[in-house]
Amino acid sequence: MKLLFAWSAFLLGSLIFILPLVGMTEFSLSMRRGEYSFDAYASVLADPQFRATFTYSVVMALVTIVFGVLLVVPTAYWVRLRMPYLRPVVEFITLMPLVIPAIVIVFGYIRLYNTSSWLPLTGSDTGTNILLMFGYTALALPYMYRAVDTGLRSIDIATLTEAAQSLGAGWMTIFGRVILPNVFVSVLSGAFLTFAIVIGEFTLAALLNRPAFGPYLQLVGANKAYEPSALAVISFAITWLCMGLIQIVVRLAPRPPAQSH
Amino acid sequence: MVEPFLKIEHVQKTFGATTVVQDFNLDVGAGEFISFLGPSGCGKTTVLRMVAGFEEPSAGSIVIAGKDVTRLKPNQRKIGMVFQAYALFPNLTVAQNIGFGLKVAGMARADSDKRVAEMLDLIKLPQFGDRYPYQLSGGQQQRVALARAIAPKPKLLLLDEPLSALDAKVRVSLRDEIRAIQKELGITTVFVTHDQEEALSISDRIVVMYGGKAEQVGTPFEIYNRPATKFVANFVGTLNVLEGTVTDASAGTVRVGAGEVSLKGKLNGSKVGDTLSLALRPEAISLGRSAGREATLGGEISEVSFLGSVIRVRVGLGREAVSLDTFNNPASPPPTVGEKAEISFSPDDVLVLH
Repeated sequence: MKLLFAWSAFLLGSLIFILPLVGMTEFSLSMRRGEYSFDAYASVLADPQFRATFTYSVVMALVTIVFGVLLVVPTAYWVRLRMPYLRPVVEFITLMPLVIPAIVIVFGYIRLYNTSSWLPLTGSDTGTNILLMFGYTALALPYMYRAVDTGLRSIDIATLTEAAQSLGAGWMTIFGRVILPNVFVSVLSGAFLTFAIVIGEFTLAALLNRPAFGPYLQLVGANKAYEPSALAVISFAITWLCMGLIQIVVRLAPRPPAQSH
Repeated sequence: MVEPFLKIEHVQKTFGATTVVQDFNLDVGAGEFISFLGPSGCGKTTVLRMVAGFEEPSAGSIVIAGKDVTRLKPNQRKIGMVFQAYALFPNLTVAQNIGFGLKVAGMARADSDKRVAEMLDLIKLPQFGDRYPYQLSGGQQQRVALARAIAPKPKLLLLDEPLSALDAKVRVSLRDEIRAIQKELGITTVFVTHDQEEALSISDRIVVMYGGKAEQVGTPFEIYNRPATKFVANFVGTLNVLEGTVTDASAGTVRVGAGEVSLKGKLNGSKVGDTLSLALRPEAISLGRSAGREATLGGEISEVSFLGSVIRVRVGLGREAVSLDTFNNPASPPPTVGEKAEISFSPDDVLVLH
């Protein structure tokens, strides 16, 4: 009886999740009257704006990941190693983007860094791109920090650091050869989550007027019928690809499981 | 006079208002194996960490091979360290772990590989170079940690309770192995432990620590047989402590329970009526009269514990009681509880604790 209930719940949950996806995919294939085709996909992929915006977002995602890793990993490491009393404060700060809407962040940026401010980042494309990258980093911060912090928790960083120091290693060596490789899988998890967030983000990119994939999705959705569904399927595929890659990397990473004692 | 290899002078360490190490002084000779022995919180690990450079002394100085390293960073001290929790790098293989310090030092690949192979032979794990730490047992991991620490040929080797996480059998074999390797390489070694048997069996000298101070520094023989303080006497080995009252100071007679013993020359200026603490190791007491053990006291057997090769017997002496060990003899049954018994010991073996 219990098993039956469990399976029913599972099937119901799956239907709630899968049916809309099936419906959307079916609709995206129905551009040609009376038969299934990939016309909507071909239309989307042939659109130069699609390629331009997607490439822009991918580049922004990669830059955001690099900046996020450089910001978060040393911070989380140092807080765990030397300033554990600051952990609640840092945790609180990293959670802020979850409670402060992106629109508030972007208006704050525009107000602080407009062309008549002391640091007029919005005055140039590069400056605005940098501002957008900071915004993306802020949005991804809760996920990146938690992923890295969980990774750091699984190893005894204090003793490993001391062991490396006693062997003559300086901070760069310790960070590059001991800490980072041991939280590599966690960093990758954070990186893929960042990638997924950046690819679909609309508010920051739209209000900073950058040619990103999020605003393009919205534009297509407002003006076309079948293409938005095709784009949504593509977006899902990208997200799933990211999740799949996390799994593959976790399984194939050279790093063995945590040390046994 | 030969300059000590490691010189710790007037070292003090405070954390806020708490002083964990106070005026610690120690000279360690080159090639010596010295152990810091003491209960948890006695400051032994803090002293070791100050020598390693992980903690900075609040006062005092640390000199290694004639060089003041007190303010030197840990990675500049050329010290090898083995940790209780192994601390092998989980992302590196055994060979890479051992070669870590060599790579950091910029050693050429061929020389580094040769040294790693030597180290693997030394710890008797020549086939384990490609394995990861998680694929090894605790004892094997600690041997790798030892090889990693000594591979760069450090000036000084520090061992921070390296055997604590291992099971009893592995502890004994690894402790012998550590000592053999230390002797073979002649490396000056500081070993921290709270296990007295470990310290007694492995060390050239022992520093018994309590309350952030060195209570006594001496060879294992001196520490065990001639403890300088009550704490050392109680902490190292099993000890019977009896209350005695001086009845005749000039003759050295002391009343213990209902009997009297003569401790001439050991009363150290005590007067008639003074109460003394008399300490005796279990192995210094015989059940019944025994040649060379002329002091005797009468009592009643209150407890008998069969421990295999030895039988530990507890004998009540009025308000006092002593434990003594007798060898198991399959031909004769062990003594029984309630039986009247006489114990004998040599006054020379009595430690008068002041």
